[in-house]
Amino acid sequence: MSENKEVIFRIKNLKTWFPITKGAFKKVVGNVKAVDGVGLDIYKGETLGIVGESGCGKSTFGKTVMMLEKPTDGQVEFNFGGEFKDITKFTKDEMFEFRKKVQMVFQDPYSALNPQKKIYTSFEEPLKVHGVKTEAEREKIMQQVLKMVNIQPDYLMRYPHEFSGGQRQRLCIARALEVMPEVLICDEPVSALDVSIQAQVLNLMKYIQRDMKLTYLFIAHDLSVVQYMADRIMVMYLGKVVEVADSKALYEKPMHPYTKALLSAIPVPDIHTTKKRQILEGEVPSPINKPAGCAFHNRCPQCMEICKTKDPDMIRDQGGEHMVACHLYSGGKDQ
Amino acid sequence: MSDSTTVSIKNQNKSAASSLLKKNIRKFMNNKLALFGLIVVVIMTVACVVGMIVGVDYNTPNLTALKTPPGGEHILGTDTIGRDLWARVLYGGCYSIFIGVFCAVMSSVIGAILGAISGYFGGKIDQLIIRISEIFQAFPQLVLVMMLVAIVNKRGLSNLLVIFVLTGWMTTFRMVRNEFMSLKGETYVKVCEAFGMKKSRIMFNQILPNVMSPIIVSTTTNVAFFILQEAALSFIGLGVADSTPTWGNILNAAKSVSVVTNQWWVWVFPGLAISLFVLAINFLGDGLRDVLDAKQQ
Repeated sequence: MSENKEVIFRIKNLKTWFPITKGAFKKVVGNVKAVDGVGLDIYKGETLGIVGESGCGKSTFGKTVMMLEKPTDGQVEFNFGGEFKDITKFTKDEMFEFRKKVQMVFQDPYSALNPQKKIYTSFEEPLKVHGVKTEAEREKIMQQVLKMVNIQPDYLMRYPHEFSGGQRQRLCIARALEVMPEVLICDEPVSALDVSIQAQVLNLMKYIQRDMKLTYLFIAHDLSVVQYMADRIMVMYLGKVVEVADSKALYEKPMHPYTKALLSAIPVPDIHTTKKRQILEGEVPSPINKPAGCAFHNRCPQCMEICKTKDPDMIRDQGGEHMVACHLYSGGKDQ
Repeated sequence: MSDSTTVSIKNQNKSAASSLLKKNIRKFMNNKLALFGLIVVVIMTVACVVGMIVGVDYNTPNLTALKTPPGGEHILGTDTIGRDLWARVLYGGCYSIFIGVFCAVMSSVIGAILGAISGYFGGKIDQLIIRISEIFQAFPQLVLVMMLVAIVNKRGLSNLLVIFVLTGWMTTFRMVRNEFMSLKGETYVKVCEAFGMKKSRIMFNQILPNVMSPIIVSTTTNVAFFILQEAALSFIGLGVADSTPTWGNILNAAKSVSVVTNQWWVWVFPGLAISLFVLAINFLGDGLRDVLDAKQQ
């Protein structure tokens, strides 16, 4: 399965740090290491789910890949029709092209549409910017994307406050699709919606993916949502990737203790099964002063001596595409 | 087929827009005080402009009728050198209203542009513009006017306009800057960035409409403020040259005690005109705030 996959994003050692300044002279006293050394390939047409607790750098990762945040270090190479180019070194024109190919759906549908503008204007603007000259052409595209998200074209005349959350999120998806992107980064697209609407939006997104052969980067903290959507899942903890695996493999056989803890937190709708839940002690450490060694060691139920001193490397080939960064699986060769 | 639907989208669009406008107008009409303000402002402005166009004679002294009380040939009486007060109030209104409106609009435009730049980019640019605005704020307007009068060595309308605009943009600037700082974090701004829109387009096309209503409201109240400023400066003789009548200049004649005690009509009518106009403008501004403030909808 892994042979004929085409890579669309090649991410190497990506770091996004936010400096903390102090005093009148803006001396940098530390960094919030939101994304700290993420390396991974994203394949064309897949749905890569990104999960983790709050503050693990999931959203920052998405924004960095989209170049809404500038990476501090590392490379993000984008497949420009077979040719890999580093997005941090894009020229203005390349950036503009890139904006067309990679689009984003944001978490909060309530503020993602300009409240002062009619939906029509909000939809028209990106098309104008991206050089769709005539009004007839623009409206044709608008009708196409609206059909995809099941919204009647005459709703375009309304203002955002006249729509419900689910409708707004569908409108946001439609707007992102207007420029015919190849990659759609979804930053918790359903977390602001209630459960019945979540299913509706998720099904719609799956359908659209099949229809347009999109690549999804699906950021979420709801594990069941990710399980439903993703082909492959990346688990993040404190800005680092701890485990990457096919969705099925990850849910059946989680390897990293953090992943195990996360999965044990999924509620099971059956009062008779008393699932043993593994509760993590404490909170996510501050991304400013990360613990030495493995970032997870102070909460890990299987912590060893080596974990306190040495940061584990990513161990590949744990069957299929399964990768894990944990000393438990290094086969003792580090010890 | 797609053409017919295309037309329908646009048409629907128009009807929706007009319905929102209608709703706002209805809301405004329900506010009696604001409606009163609007009517007074419109009547006074129209009267003054008509007076100017018709060319009422405001400057020729009628030597046979010095200090006539109101009534008869001179509706509002004549001033100390026999000029018709009614004509002067009308003519002066044009200048006063023009000064108020022009300065308020210009300072809002400057304040909005600088505020947008400052708030959207932040960082060093923001710091620089903030410091500049603080320097301007630190100068008393009166001293600046006196300085300019001394430098160009003549009193005139343009002096006043320049000074008012230069010293008047800071409040709008601060307000717009603060609004921009909070609005630039909104998701729709990020969406526009993700679409690769130009920064100027995001600033003035996307964010600015959301700041428009406080700007409009502050512009109306600024009109009142500048009219009062002009009156105050002209009263102490630093405003527009004496030959040009403004409401403040007419009042200037009432500086002497004998006029205040004996010829009440010389200062009551221009004073009334100023007060009424300023009051009406303030009512209008309040009403506009109620209608335009999205948070109250």
